[in-house]
Amino acid sequence: MLFDPEIWQITLLSLEVAGLSTLISLVIGLPLGTWLALGKFPGRSIFMSVVNTGMGLPPVVVGLFVALMLWRSGPLGDLQLIYTPAAIVIAQVIISFPVVTGLTAASLQILDPRLRLQLLGLGASTTQMVLMLWREARLPLLAALMAAFGAVISEVGASMMVGGNIRGQTRVLTTAIVLETSKGNFNSAIALGVLLLAITFLVNWALTVIQQRGAKR
Amino acid sequence: MIEIRDLRVRRGERTVLEVGHLQIAKNEVLAIVGPNGAGKSTLLLALARLLRRDGGDILFNGMSVAGESDLVFRRRIALVLQDPLLFDTSVFDNIAIGLRFRGLHKSDIQPRVNVWLESLGSAQLKNRRASELSGGEGQRVSLARALVLEPELLLLDEPFGALDPPTRNRLLDDLKRILPESRTTTIFITHNLTEARQLAGRMAIIIAGRVRQTGLVTEIINAPADEDVRSFLAAENGGY
Repeated sequence: MLFDPEIWQITLLSLEVAGLSTLISLVIGLPLGTWLALGKFPGRSIFMSVVNTGMGLPPVVVGLFVALMLWRSGPLGDLQLIYTPAAIVIAQVIISFPVVTGLTAASLQILDPRLRLQLLGLGASTTQMVLMLWREARLPLLAALMAAFGAVISEVGASMMVGGNIRGQTRVLTTAIVLETSKGNFNSAIALGVLLLAITFLVNWALTVIQQRGAKR
Repeated sequence: MIEIRDLRVRRGERTVLEVGHLQIAKNEVLAIVGPNGAGKSTLLLALARLLRRDGGDILFNGMSVAGESDLVFRRRIALVLQDPLLFDTSVFDNIAIGLRFRGLHKSDIQPRVNVWLESLGSAQLKNRRASELSGGEGQRVSLARALVLEPELLLLDEPFGALDPPTRNRLLDDLKRILPESRTTTIFITHNLTEARQLAGRMAIIIAGRVRQTGLVTEIINAPADEDVRSFLAAENGGY
């Protein structure tokens, strides 16, 4: 089975989609989480509560919402994205960016608040201050990255609903497992499951090595 | 010379700090002394523009800094807080950080950092990770990190407050030597009269957010301006 080119195509697509979703989530979630952690504005706690709720969004609900938006007759139907890898990426970003945002905010809030004063008092610009705070919080921030990747590589509901599990186009490891199970091909389903676990382990292992290299001795 | 004029900080309707006029001569060390909650740290943070001010101005050599952006102004000063607040990197990188913020080249940074590591007796710590330092070592690094910037005004907020007496005395002795040598104009916040007397020529007594008396340390101790100052000095004399 490992020599089946289709399996490698599915695996590669799973990694591409999950990797891109995680990257986009990072680009949105890191600044947003930083703003939530450091900013002072009315409604901040409500905003935080919304983000924290978003961390537990059920993928099928996200899938339903994105499908409604991208459906041919939906408000974004003209984009013709339904049943494409791009649709899966959109759904996965909605699932994972609150994870990055919420964990980024939590990571920065546990830092000593005087650290900001100290950095500014040494002549840091706002950007330099934020970069230093990210550096100080790099261990929990890498944990946020791992959590976001884990959330998207393992979700099935949204990928199935907006991707359609089309062979050679939008089939990813999780949707392939569902399909094989529904057909009673348990051996294939188990093999795909092991492959998914192995990939998840390898990615997290690499991130953990980076994380622990920066750990306080 | 540095002058502070009509500096005011309010919290809600309450004015928590009001400094009419305070002057610090070039190369002088001025101690700001007062009881806990008197507004000493508020004054320091307001001076560093790390706190919203509700009026007032600071003049460097007669020139107002009101038109300068916070960043430009903050790069003329340096701040040391009670805890070292070092970053999770090497001692060298901690001391170099402010110079890097200012965009100095590596070849300029290295000799400057080395000078201050030597001056504060911390050369042997250069490659150690900051998290491995003792409180006293950490505060030396924190002072080196500020002094390496050669600030026009150094702001020290109870830098010895978290140290044990022997460590504090050693660091006080070193600063007593270093500040005049480096000609660093310094505002030194403390509630400890002994520290003020050792490090500063003049002091300003601040009580309830107002500067009550300014003058030579011995002058103030011998002739307090009012009953509040007298009571504060009497209470502090245990440590004097």
